[in-house]
Amino acid sequence: MSTKNWPLWEVFVRSKNGLEHRHCGSLHAADEDMALENARDVYTRRSEGVSIWVVESKHITASNPENNGEMFEPAQDKVYRHPTFYDLPDEVKHM
Amino acid sequence: MSEEQIKNLEEQFEARIARDEKIEPKDWMPEKYRKTHIRQMSQHAHSEIVGMLPEGNWITRAPSLRRKVALLAKVQDEAGHGLYLYSATETLGISREEMYEQLHTGKAKYSSIFNYPTITWADMGAIGWLVDGAAIINQVPLCNTSYGPYARAMIRVCKEESFHQRQGYEIMIKLANGTPEQKEMAQDALNRWWWPSLMMLGPTDAESIHTEQSMKWKLKRKSNDDLRQQFIDQTVPQAELIGLTIPDPDLKWNEERGSYDFGEIDWDEFWQVVKGHGPMNKVRMKARVDAWENGAWVRDAAMAYAEKKRTSLKKEVS
Repeated sequence: MSTKNWPLWEVFVRSKNGLEHRHCGSLHAADEDMALENARDVYTRRSEGVSIWVVESKHITASNPENNGEMFEPAQDKVYRHPTFYDLPDEVKHM
Repeated sequence: MSEEQIKNLEEQFEARIARDEKIEPKDWMPEKYRKTHIRQMSQHAHSEIVGMLPEGNWITRAPSLRRKVALLAKVQDEAGHGLYLYSATETLGISREEMYEQLHTGKAKYSSIFNYPTITWADMGAIGWLVDGAAIINQVPLCNTSYGPYARAMIRVCKEESFHQRQGYEIMIKLANGTPEQKEMAQDALNRWWWPSLMMLGPTDAESIHTEQSMKWKLKRKSNDDLRQQFIDQTVPQAELIGLTIPDPDLKWNEERGSYDFGEIDWDEFWQVVKGHGPMNKVRMKARVDAWENGAWVRDAAMAYAEKKRTSLKKEVS
């Protein structure tokens, strides 16, 4: 039996030029070349992409939802970062 | 964590799901939610993988190139669906190897329908039409399930599945309009796959142990009996359209219900197959385990090559 398991990779696909790469799933592969080939077969069998990124999952650092408070709440009371915070006369139609 | 705290978290969790919020891998979740999802999602993945075997049987003997490319593409899709689902399940903290181990030792189940043999070409038609048809009915509601990675995997699966059913039905149309022997072959396949397909939608509601909790978590949106009725109502006219007869003498349109009444399902057969005594359980598992074990040297070689490449790259850099 195998002694070493293939590592996990995250797959990002650009569906067409002009759009960003988007995470679409993950897969196992021995190395980056195989990860790319497998990603093509698993995630783009129906022309879903024109470009693929793969990155070994262990290289991704993710925020922890338990810390969502200190992480994201500070943005909530900063309404002055949005255009609707500012009062303008009705005569100004577009700004 | 104290019991009080856990209870509090559980209430918040249930409220999130009730509000149609999605649960993502790193979110807190009750252990039971995690376990139930691992069980259902891995069984779903196993079904896709084992589901390749009955059809793989006919790839080399497809009657034309058109049929062959379609069947190949369908089987390849099933491998893909298995892979989407395995990787979605891995986000719950179980490894791919553990899942394979559970499948290979019989600890995890897969859909019983794949324990029936595929003895004629018409079986490829019946499987696509009926088995994939029933699978779609089961799967569409899951596109909205509460666990994000499962819902996303199901959206991909459902998008791809509709070609499967159409290619199967097309095979049946051709056979049903062919020579008397071909039509008989189509009817025979329908006779053999009809009841197992109805069973595929799960035990009756009275017997189904997971329904209530699964409804709450949106792992299930409709009961097994409702799904089965939906499948029957949609499939009967399709059989009539191509001149095939559903093998159920009790099947009758019920004007009042606006649905078909149908005969008794042989649940003894269902449980026999679930418990491992179906016609093909052993053959399927042996094919699967052999494929895994005979491929071990390939996986090892790929890993050894990858490591060698890495070390020689490091040497070059230093």
